[in-house]
Amino acid sequence: MRLTCPHCGPRDRREFYYYGASEYLNRPGPEAAPDAWDSYLHLRDNPAGVTQDLWYHEQGCTAWLKVTRNTVTHEILAVEAVAGGTK
Amino acid sequence: MPDLIAKPALGTMPLNLGQIVLTEAPMLETHSIQPYPGQEKAVSKALKEIGLAFPKPNTWLEKAGLRIVWTGREQAFLLGGVPPAGMPAAVTDQSDGWVTLTLEGPGARDVLARLVPLDLRHVKKGDAARSGLGHMPLILITEAPDSFRLMTFRSMARTAWHEIHDAMTKVEARRAAS
Amino acid sequence: MRIDGKGRIDRTRPVTFTFDGKAYPAYRGDTLASALIANDVRLVGRSFKYHRPRGILTAGSEEPNALVEIVGPANVTPNTRATVQEVFEGLVARSQNRWPSLGLDLMAVNDLAAPFFSAGFYYKTFMWPRRFWEGLYEPMIRRAAGLGRLSGRHDEGVYEKAWAHCDLLVIGSGPAGLMAALAAGRAGADVILADEGAEPGGRLLSDGDAPAWLGEVLAELESLPNVRVMTRTTVTGAYDDGTFGALERVGLHRRPRPNLPRECFWRIVARRSILAAGALERPIAFQNNDRPGIMMAGALSAYLNRYGVVPGKAITLFANNDGARQTARGLMAAGLTVSAIIDSREDAPDEPGTTVHKGAVVIDAKGRHGLTEITVRKGAGEFRIATDCLGLSGGWNPSVHLTCHLNGRPRWSDDLAAFVPSEGAVPGMVAAGAANGSFSTHGCLAAGLAAAAQSLAALGMTVPEVALPAAEDAPYRLSPLWAVPGRKRAWLDFANDVTVKDVALSAQEGYRSVEHMKRYTTQGMAPDQGKNSNVAALAVLADATGRGIAETGTTTFRPPYTPVSIAAMGAGGRAEGFAPQRFLTSDQASRDRGAPMIEAGLWYRPGYFPKPGETTWRQACDREVVMVRSSVGVTDVSTLGKIDIQGKDAGRFLDLVYTNTFSTLPVGRARYGLMLREDGHVLDDGTTARLAEDHWLMTTTTAAAGLVMRHLDFVQQAFCAGWDVRFISVTEAWAQFAVAGPVARDLIASALGHTPGLPFMGCMDVTIQGVAGRLFRISFSGEEGYEIAVPTRFGEALFRDLTARAETMGGGLYGMEALNVLRIEKGFITHAEIHGRTTAFDIGMDKMISPKKDCIGKAAAARPGMTGPEREQLVGLKPLTDSALTAGAHLFAQGADLTRENSSGYVTSVGYSPTLGSFLALGFLRNGRARQGETIRLVDRLRGVDVLCLVTDPVFHDPTGEKLRA
Repeated sequence: MRLTCPHCGPRDRREFYYYGASEYLNRPGPEAAPDAWDSYLHLRDNPAGVTQDLWYHEQGCTAWLKVTRNTVTHEILAVEAVAGGTK
Repeated sequence: MPDLIAKPALGTMPLNLGQIVLTEAPMLETHSIQPYPGQEKAVSKALKEIGLAFPKPNTWLEKAGLRIVWTGREQAFLLGGVPPAGMPAAVTDQSDGWVTLTLEGPGARDVLARLVPLDLRHVKKGDAARSGLGHMPLILITEAPDSFRLMTFRSMARTAWHEIHDAMTKVEARRAAS
Repeated sequence: MRIDGKGRIDRTRPVTFTFDGKAYPAYRGDTLASALIANDVRLVGRSFKYHRPRGILTAGSEEPNALVEIVGPANVTPNTRATVQEVFEGLVARSQNRWPSLGLDLMAVNDLAAPFFSAGFYYKTFMWPRRFWEGLYEPMIRRAAGLGRLSGRHDEGVYEKAWAHCDLLVIGSGPAGLMAALAAGRAGADVILADEGAEPGGRLLSDGDAPAWLGEVLAELESLPNVRVMTRTTVTGAYDDGTFGALERVGLHRRPRPNLPRECFWRIVARRSILAAGALERPIAFQNNDRPGIMMAGALSAYLNRYGVVPGKAITLFANNDGARQTARGLMAAGLTVSAIIDSREDAPDEPGTTVHKGAVVIDAKGRHGLTEITVRKGAGEFRIATDCLGLSGGWNPSVHLTCHLNGRPRWSDDLAAFVPSEGAVPGMVAAGAANGSFSTHGCLAAGLAAAAQSLAALGMTVPEVALPAAEDAPYRLSPLWAVPGRKRAWLDFANDVTVKDVALSAQEGYRSVEHMKRYTTQGMAPDQGKNSNVAALAVLADATGRGIAETGTTTFRPPYTPVSIAAMGAGGRAEGFAPQRFLTSDQASRDRGAPMIEAGLWYRPGYFPKPGETTWRQACDREVVMVRSSVGVTDVSTLGKIDIQGKDAGRFLDLVYTNTFSTLPVGRARYGLMLREDGHVLDDGTTARLAEDHWLMTTTTAAAGLVMRHLDFVQQAFCAGWDVRFISVTEAWAQFAVAGPVARDLIASALGHTPGLPFMGCMDVTIQGVAGRLFRISFSGEEGYEIAVPTRFGEALFRDLTARAETMGGGLYGMEALNVLRIEKGFITHAEIHGRTTAFDIGMDKMISPKKDCIGKAAAARPGMTGPEREQLVGLKPLTDSALTAGAHLFAQGADLTRENSSGYVTSVGYSPTLGSFLALGFLRNGRARQGETIRLVDRLRGVDVLCLVTDPVFHDPTGEKLRA
């Protein structure tokens, strides 16, 4: 598997660390209800199809990346920097 | 009291195998430069004073013995001198954190193919990459298509030397057997 | 026997090899199989289950019978295909799966008992009496099972792994692959042309004399700098995003040379690929079709044309298509006798020079250790033909395997009676030639060119002029014939000994799906992955279940196409090669003093520093602990993570990642910080110092340094991208040493040349012997302690200097063992306690979660069940008697049964404390803080420990911290 890092270009999967669903970007506020936190931490959709996850370019530029991919076809549809920018 | 003595990471002699040479480069003054958000242009302007700019990803620039290398997300290393003061950037001294090895000669890329997952078919002077040397972090600086500087963590210097030496040995053994 | 004037091998290079202890002559360029055939060796192995005598079936990597052991100086490699292993001077090979010898194998008794060993026998037999299973049947079956055996020695051979990148990967260098590589090469694409054979050319080398144009094409490919021809390289797997695995035999075909790898496992990244892997010939099943001397017709051609050998004198052929005619003609042209062709087609053509029996089938074969005759049925009549070699041709199976590696299924073609690749099964891959169902040479050449054109267009390159050489273009005419009916066993899967009866039985017993049939019979599960049996077995199953082949479907192919040694995939990963080793600047000085080094993650740290006369580690450790508490000790703490954090928002950022407040920390001070995961459990702890208004230095534990860095990067990029905060690791840039004990201040003063007026938890820049460094007053030992840091290049020198000073002052060096005892005495935690399932509440630090601000993990830490008396809380434990304790022991109320449900907690850290004269432990006990003073039972059944302990506060020594703050 290869990912095209927006900074570094196409790289082998071994340079990246997989964290989990892009849900992790939607951190509830400190006053949010417990249900919101439970959902944020534990509840996930499990689509056979397009999913968005978070990958860290650990052995590269250390950018956190949001990857849109299809779990059935394995096609990588998009790779974007979580923090924006391509520097 | 006498001053403390400085030591290099390896202190080893160059290694010559076939036509490829591996050396430990002398320690260079090295500083990391991380511009604060929105300040990259301002940092670039400040670097103009020393004839440089903030490098684009995967590149390095050189002027009058000073080299600046892109080393990661919003990060560059200045090699060979002190960065201008007062830049809107976080600056740290990285001089002692890294060991630099040079690998030169026809077939240097064959050696790197054993350890580095990058596509080096079209590399040229001015290219840089942040990747891995086996399981070690790597800043790869291309000086010519068969001449490279490899930076990795100082504490891993022995492993880096050993693995590159091992790759050189196997590449040479193939050549001798053919 | 060897034929003069035939074959491509160099007869000026003779070699000698041994097989089963006997020496034979051969030539460089022979495979072990061709060499055995040259020497008229017919018996090469015993079949997996029935131990039937077997001979060579094929001339390629799909070989199911001729699996041998290759004995080398450093390895014994089992299950090596004799058809792939090339012969070199001194090669030693042994047959497998037989005892005591190949000629007399006592395990052949299985063949006699065959009716009891049909498919799934172990579900139906060996069940009574029940107690015999574990003691008798299972060990018996286990001893008899398996193919090949390991030598029991480590594989000390040399292997390597490497990366390669190209625009176009062409898999297979037969006519299709050669044309594709030529076109792409001329177009200027970077091409890798891989072939599993020793020479490029594929079937051009085996079907007849190689055409003249082959040499020309190869010469042009060699001359193109953008074309890389990789022979002896099998592409073993197709993976996502244009990544391929390939195994190259670098040194296996020659005598071992120092440093020459045996194999190289390649990861090839290709923008486009062409599968030109050819096709494999199908056998036909009939009674006793596994006799030595029965082989594939195409293999006969290969042995004649590539190696100049034939396995028999009176050759017969059994076919359902025209393909075998090429074999017949080739043999006869070389002066050999083709006694007869048995062609199952009523309308089969004649063949000059030999008899063709049309509409006939072979129904039996005799000759247990070597074929002697076949029985033929034609119409109502039967007759026998004396023959010592029978060539089979049941048609061709395109080698679709790689196209199935990404979950694609092939498509059944009724015209070809074969499976062909489905388009688009592997993104970027195009199949061409026999692999795609084109079986004539011209068809392959044209298909290769077309595939190249398609690939070049996708690469945005222009297709060059390529003239196709003239070549035969015969149509493919076959009449499907999978199995000849008969009473006795007819083999489908030679490698796993699966017969037509087994597949029929599977259907009869209800295992009608092809996936079930595979697992129930084990057809297709041998090292050849069913290359010689899949389609026929499928056809038999289809027939038995009244379905068509297309409807019955296939199982899938998975990588690797041929077996890959783990040593190749793991090249470089043995022993210390497994991970980078990280060494301290004090490493040499420590080893010079005899310190055994222990692994702490990737780092090597000294365990203890033995003095003359000390014979156990405990003696050294006890002494070092006393030394630190009474005098002064020095230890290297460079391994802790150090993260430099700068910016106007750095304090704000620290407030977010730590539970407690840092933005109010004065410049020149350090503070202990606790970091949570978002799920409320402790991630890490450390001290963070404020060096200047907007400049901080965070420390992490050694173990979690990388983890924390990743976490900080996530928080910053995901939630604080616009903040003025930047951080970078400086772990490597600083060598740092702890100096601890009542005399520590004097030592520091001596080293600096002045007494630093540093309060507890203070930090300052210092100059030490000409070098700019940093001094921190922090302590992990509980004594007055300092940490002094200098740039790493000065680390070794400073370590030696501090060591000398300490020893002059009555102190010295201490290692990890003593460091651990000192911190246990003080109740300081490490990742033994913050092991990922403990919370701030559990370790008694819930008050460190500031109520005034948000932090990562705050909300989840307040969830029901994350606090309260049912939680296991950090306690100290002291044995009531003079007894040893062990980490990992569980805690029970006195009188409680020792069951899992009754465990009230567990022990995380243990050390012998010379300060208190007792073993001490830290652990977690349900509602522990309220149970101080209670007696609890500490049990470790694994190591035989059962001790009553007092539950105490975790801080055993100097609870008020007087010594720290001196």
